[in-house]
Amino acid sequence: MLSYVAKRIGVSVLTLLLIICITFLLMNAVPGSPFMTEKSTPEMIAMAEAKYGLDKPLIVQLWNYIKGYFQGDMGVSLKMQKGTDVTTIIFREGKFVLSFKLGVWAVLLAVIVGVPLGCIAAYNRGSWIDSVLRVMTTVGVAIPSFVLCSLLLIYCGVKWELLPVISGSLTDWKAYIAPVIGLSFYPMCYIAKLTRTSMLDAINQDYIRTARAKGLKTGRIIFKHALRNCLIPVITYLGPMTAGIITGGFVVEQTFQIPGLGKYFISSILNRDYPIIMGTTVVLAALVIMMNLIVDITYKLVDPRISLIKGDS
Amino acid sequence: MKNNEKFLEVRDLRVSFFTHAGEVKAVDGISYDLGEHEVMGIVGESGSGKSVEAYSIIGLLQNPGRVIGGSVKFMGEDVLAYSEEQKREFRGNKVSMIFQNPMTCLNPVYTIGNQLMEALLCHNKDVTRKAAYDRAVEMLELVGINNARKRMKQYPHEFSGGMRQRAMIAMALICSPKLLIADEPTTALDVTIQAQILELMKDIQRKTGMSIIFITHNLGVVAEICDRVSVMYAGHIVEQGNVNDIFYRPKHPYTEGLLRSMPRVDTKERERLIPIEGTPVDLLNPPKGCPFAPRCEKCLKVCLEHKPPFLQVGEDAHGSACWLHVKEMKEAGE
Repeated sequence: MLSYVAKRIGVSVLTLLLIICITFLLMNAVPGSPFMTEKSTPEMIAMAEAKYGLDKPLIVQLWNYIKGYFQGDMGVSLKMQKGTDVTTIIFREGKFVLSFKLGVWAVLLAVIVGVPLGCIAAYNRGSWIDSVLRVMTTVGVAIPSFVLCSLLLIYCGVKWELLPVISGSLTDWKAYIAPVIGLSFYPMCYIAKLTRTSMLDAINQDYIRTARAKGLKTGRIIFKHALRNCLIPVITYLGPMTAGIITGGFVVEQTFQIPGLGKYFISSILNRDYPIIMGTTVVLAALVIMMNLIVDITYKLVDPRISLIKGDS
Repeated sequence: MKNNEKFLEVRDLRVSFFTHAGEVKAVDGISYDLGEHEVMGIVGESGSGKSVEAYSIIGLLQNPGRVIGGSVKFMGEDVLAYSEEQKREFRGNKVSMIFQNPMTCLNPVYTIGNQLMEALLCHNKDVTRKAAYDRAVEMLELVGINNARKRMKQYPHEFSGGMRQRAMIAMALICSPKLLIADEPTTALDVTIQAQILELMKDIQRKTGMSIIFITHNLGVVAEICDRVSVMYAGHIVEQGNVNDIFYRPKHPYTEGLLRSMPRVDTKERERLIPIEGTPVDLLNPPKGCPFAPRCEKCLKVCLEHKPPFLQVGEDAHGSACWLHVKEMKEAGE
């Protein structure tokens, strides 16, 4: 197990290196420069570029980035917060923490509500409960998050005045409600759908008949015997989804005016603030990679038949 | 149980499946008695209703299957009238069941020990986990699994097919049920393992004195383990009797056909087996008369029009449902 994790971490570092290279090349493939504005002269641009080392050959710039990352230095912002360390912007100013807090709540809500909904739908297959849930989850998967967030904002925030209109830095628990719902509704419905499908498959298996023949209660049959067998697809989806949600939904953060990482990521691209683009991409990629590793280890915990290492069972 | 009450009494049991294509009468009015300590074989081809009949006794029928008539009395109590909760208490406790395919019947993600203990704990609230563990180990040893303590911690995929069926038997018997329903427990196993499992079941039956309903399509297995045999065809019991009567003095043409189609040790070289011509009945459109009539070589006119009565044809409750018996009796009477 330990050697497996060590090996996977080694591979992850290589993956991250590759992601850094690709992001760097794509970023630089776009013509223009971060310092190009309507007023700037070519001399000013050249000067600014020289200051931040952007005049050097690409390969040297890339090398500097990689070297920096291994020393824990993600560079400094070129434009948005001129001169500030990217690590400070992402981690110390609370952008990451803000998105992380929202994300964790959203993932929890999506799983805690989505999985039982899926089980209930599967158990009551064909009844009105199943139909209602099916319509709800289909709608949930279909409506774009900006529509849902706008509706939440208009009704809960403005018309009924139940929740704050601007969530800001999430100082109040009420500020969490709307953005967490906005973030989690899609994954919740998707998880419910996934659970329903694999639960339907599981409850027709022979071991469920055995469990019934033993005289177990329905709840125990569904939530002990069937659920664990149908979690694999849900876990597979949860990995990358968690990483995505934790690093922030741009739409949700924009709608509720939350200064999180998602919002910042988009503005950094619009501003062509290279080190911030690189920094946020690397953080997101590292999270995705980490989540995938966690998912693979969870597989083994959920289903003992899965072997992580070839030949091991 | 009072003296005059039978251990298991099935009367005119009818089970139908209500499908889109129409009503399928899977079990169409069967009756039999099973005594305490008795082993009864239910024989029949696929789709003859033998498993459905057993499922309805233990309350495992699922939509769209429904019991539409008849009664099942177990030690004097009407099992079919039980509430869902009573059925749950009854299943696995007084009556247990083992199934055809041991490879898929155990939950792959829980240890054998967990699944065994669970069967005991769900019916006995006052049993401690320690006691349940000891009982589970004892059961594994009883069914001939060595190293039981180590085996408790293993998962089903670490067991072979025969071992899994042994574990299934241990699980079914952990609450000391009075009746075990075995639904083709040896069909999915290879022949040497089949013999071992049969031997084990016979042995346990002798030790515990439980009754067994043994569902199979293998007449050899029936001869090996059963005291009494019911032969089913298209949802009906066509012949019933003790194992010697069925094998040596079969009365119903279907039973005769079954026996002729079975290879025997004393079959001469190059002697051909005689199959039963035709195909099984379409239960959506069952024939008006005797269900076996279209395939029967001794079919009379009356067979096509009316269902035959179930008549006593020999000693020891040997009965058979065939118009030929009526004809014979009339001739004998004249």
